[in-house]
Amino acid sequence: MRILRAIFGHGSGRIGGVIVGIYLVLAILGLLGLTPHNPITQYRIDRLHAPSAAYWMGTDLFGRDVASRLMAGIGQSFTVAFFSVAFAALAGTVLGLAAAWLGRRWDGVLMRIMDVLLAFPAILLALLIVTVAGPGTWTSVVAIGIVYTPIFTRVVRGPALSLKTREFVDAARTFGSSSSYIVTRHLLLNLVAPLTVQVTLALAWALLTEAGLSFLGLGTQPPAASLGLMLSDSRNLMETAPWLMIFPGLAIMISILGFNLLGDALRDILDPKMRRALA
Amino acid sequence: MTPLLSISDLRVGFGRNPKANEVVRGVSFEIADGETLAIVGESGSGKSVTALSINRLVDFGGGRITGGSMKLKRRDGSLFDLTGATEAKLAGIRGAEIGMIFQEPMTSLNPVLTIGTQIEESFRLHRGLTGRQATAAARDALDRVRIPDAARRLKYTPNQLSGGMLQRVMIAIALACNPRLLIADEPTTALDVTVQAQIMALLAELKRESGMSMVFITHDIGLVAGIADKVMVMQNGQAVEQGELNQILDSPQHPYTQHLLLDVPHFASGRATRADGQRDKGENTQPALKVDGLVVRFPLKSSFFSRATGAVHAVDGVDFDLMQGETLAIVGESGSGKSTTAKALLGLVRSTRGSFSVASRKASAERSAKPLQMVFQNPYASLNPRLTIESILAEPVIATGGRVDAETGARMASLLERVGLPKNSLERYPHEFSGGQRQRLCIARALMLNPSVVVLDEAVSALDVSVQAKVLELLVDLQREFGQAYLFISHDMAVVERIAHRIAVIYAGQIVEIGDARSVLSKPKHSYTKKLIAAVPTIDRRHEHFEIDTRQVPSLVRPQGFEPAPARWERFGGDHMARAEA
Repeated sequence: MRILRAIFGHGSGRIGGVIVGIYLVLAILGLLGLTPHNPITQYRIDRLHAPSAAYWMGTDLFGRDVASRLMAGIGQSFTVAFFSVAFAALAGTVLGLAAAWLGRRWDGVLMRIMDVLLAFPAILLALLIVTVAGPGTWTSVVAIGIVYTPIFTRVVRGPALSLKTREFVDAARTFGSSSSYIVTRHLLLNLVAPLTVQVTLALAWALLTEAGLSFLGLGTQPPAASLGLMLSDSRNLMETAPWLMIFPGLAIMISILGFNLLGDALRDILDPKMRRALA
Repeated sequence: MTPLLSISDLRVGFGRNPKANEVVRGVSFEIADGETLAIVGESGSGKSVTALSINRLVDFGGGRITGGSMKLKRRDGSLFDLTGATEAKLAGIRGAEIGMIFQEPMTSLNPVLTIGTQIEESFRLHRGLTGRQATAAARDALDRVRIPDAARRLKYTPNQLSGGMLQRVMIAIALACNPRLLIADEPTTALDVTVQAQIMALLAELKRESGMSMVFITHDIGLVAGIADKVMVMQNGQAVEQGELNQILDSPQHPYTQHLLLDVPHFASGRATRADGQRDKGENTQPALKVDGLVVRFPLKSSFFSRATGAVHAVDGVDFDLMQGETLAIVGESGSGKSTTAKALLGLVRSTRGSFSVASRKASAERSAKPLQMVFQNPYASLNPRLTIESILAEPVIATGGRVDAETGARMASLLERVGLPKNSLERYPHEFSGGQRQRLCIARALMLNPSVVVLDEAVSALDVSVQAKVLELLVDLQREFGQAYLFISHDMAVVERIAHRIAVIYAGQIVEIGDARSVLSKPKHSYTKKLIAAVPTIDRRHEHFEIDTRQVPSLVRPQGFEPAPARWERFGGDHMARAEA
C-alpha cells in the first residue's frame, strides 16, 4: 500500500503506473475473451475496414477485428513476458546468490557462463534457442527467460557480494546460523529492492523480444494474436490499411514506455539514498 | 586591536526553509592573531557546520547563513565581510587567507593525481606559480610538514601513502599560501593514537613557526588540552560555554561541560581502572578462554596459479587466558592484528596454527552451544536493516537449533529491559534506533545464548563520547550480574582503562606486554607500550610539546617459511610481563 502511494507521488511513476495498469486490464480482458468481437472470427464482408464505430481500430485482411486482436495480443504478449521474466528472475537470483555465496571456483565458472550468454545479442540468442526447440508460446517463454537470466544473475551477485562482507552476516556466522538462513534472511531480503526494479525493466525488454520473435514468425503461431505477429501481417498492407500497423506499433511503444517509467520511479523510491532526498 | 576573526550571532539553516531548520543557532566568538580556538561537541552539535560557515563551504552542502555576521581581518588590515561575500570573492579568500583540513585524509585527496600536482594547484591558483617554480614550492611545502624524501614523494599518488602521511599532505596543501587562519575539522579522528600525536605535534610546531590562528574542531576534550588557548563547547547548535582553556577544564560552569569532563572516559594513567579483579582471589581456577600459540597468516600470491611467495603474519603466536567474569583488553593500533585475533577465535578467519578452548557454562547447558559471542564495532552495519528486532534477537536461538517459544520471548523482553531499551522495541526496525541504542541491541543479541565469553571488537568506538560512557557502564553492570568474561578489543586507552582488569598490548601481530591494567598503564615496560601511552591525550597535560617521531610500523609481510624467534619474557611482579627487546 505504502509503495503504491509512493509510486503515485512520483512524477514519472504516476504516468508509468497508469499505463501499466491500463495494459494489465486490457491483457486480462483479452485473455478472458471479453473483447468487442471474437479475435479470430473472420468477418469476410468487412475485410480491411477502416476504424469505425463497429470496428474501433478497423479490420485486417481476413476481416478480423483489430481492436479485439490487439487486446488478445496484449494478453498473449504479457503472458509470455511475465512467465519469461519470472523464469529469468528466479534462475538469475538462485545463480547469482550461489555465485556470491559459494565464491571461488563456483563464482568463476558461473559468471563465465553468464558472460558467454551475455555476449550474444538478446534477440539472436532467443532466435537460436527457438530454432533449435521449435516455435511456440512456451518455447518463447523459456528462450526469453534464458536470455535475461544473466542480467538477473549479475544484478543479484554484485550486491550479494557486498552484503556478504557486512558485519551482520559476520554476526550471523558467529551464532552459527545455517547458510540457507543467512542467504535468505540476510542476503535475499536486502535484495528485494534492486530485484523489483530489475523485474519491471526486464518486463519491457521481454515484451520487445517477444514481439521480435513473433514478428519473425518464431513466437506465437497464427491464428492466435500477438503484437509482433500483427505487425508482421501488416507489412504488405502498410499503404492500403495503415491502421493495421499503427495500432500494434503504438501498443508496443507505449507499453515499454510505461514499464520504463515505472522502473525508474521504483528505482528512485526504493533507493535509500534517494528516499532521503525525496523526504 | 581588532581580532582576526569575529563572529557574532551566527545562524545557519538547511533545507528549503533554512529559518525553520537551523543547525547553528546564534554562535559568537572571536579569534585573535596566533590564537587557537577549540570547538568541542558531539555529533550533531553544529560544530562542523560552524567551521564550514567560516569559509562558506557550508553553501555547497545545502546550508544557508540565516543571520549574524562574520568579519575577517585581511592581510592588509581591511575588514572582509564573509556573510555577504560573492562566491568569486570567497574563492580568493579560501586557501589564501583561510586554510582547511578535513577528517578523512584518505578521501580528501584525488586518488588519480600525484600529491605533487595537488599541492602545486594551490600555488598555481593563489600565487600564479607555474612549472619548475611550482614544483619547487610544493617540495618546500612537503619539507615543512616533515615528510622525509619530499622530492620523490611528490610523484606518489595518495594510495601509496599511509593515513598519517596523507594528513600531512593535506596540511601542506592547506598551509601552501601561508593562511592566517587554519580550520582543522577533526583532523586526527581517523588516525591511530601515535599518528594523532605526531599530527598534533606538527600542527603545534607549524603554529609556532608561522604565528597563524587555528580553529580546531573535535569531540575529544582531552585532545584540546594539548593545543588550545580558548575552548568553546557546543550543544544543539549553541555555544553553551566558552572561555580560556584552564578556566574551562578546571572550573566548568555549564552542566554539559561538566558532563563532558567528568562522565566521559578520559585517560588517567591507570588511576581509573576497575578494582573488582578476581584473578588474585583464587576462586575460579578454570579459565573461560585459553588461547595457545594462535597464528593467522594470509598467503601472498602474485597470481591465481602461482605459488605463495610469502605471507602476511597478521597474528604471530598469541597466547593468553581469560578467567570467568574478567575483562582482558587487547590494545593496539590498526593493522596490529587485534581484530584478526578476535575473528580467528570466532571462526570468521581460519587460524593457521594454535589452539584455544572455551569453557561452556554449566548453569545453562542447553544454551552453551556457542559459548563465544561477539559485538561488532559498527552498530549501523551489524544489524540487518530489513529484519525486526524480534527476528534479530531470535536469530542466535534459531541458529543453535532452539525454538522461538514463550521462554525465548521472555528472555528477549528481560534482556531488552536490562540493556535499557523501550518495551515496544521488538516489532521495530534497526533504523528507528540511535547508534547507542543499536549497540545495546547488539549486546542484547550477544547475550541471548548466555555465552561465557563476549568478544567486543571496538564496541564503543563508533559512538559519541557521552554515549560511550553509558555503554561502558552497562557492560560493567552486565558483567557483574551475569559473570561472563569480556575480550575487549580497542585502540582507545581511555576506554580500556574503564573496563579492563588486564591489558594485552599487541604490536605487529605479537603481544609485547600483558598484565594487570593498573600496572600496565601506570608502569609500562615495553618501549612500544610507553610510546602508545605517551601519545594518549589527557586533560592533565596542557600545552604539551609533542616530539615528532616518524618511526613507521614494520611490514608484516614475511618470506615463505619465516618463523619469528621465540619470545623471551621479562616479569615485573604479579602477572605483569613484557617481551624482552633486542
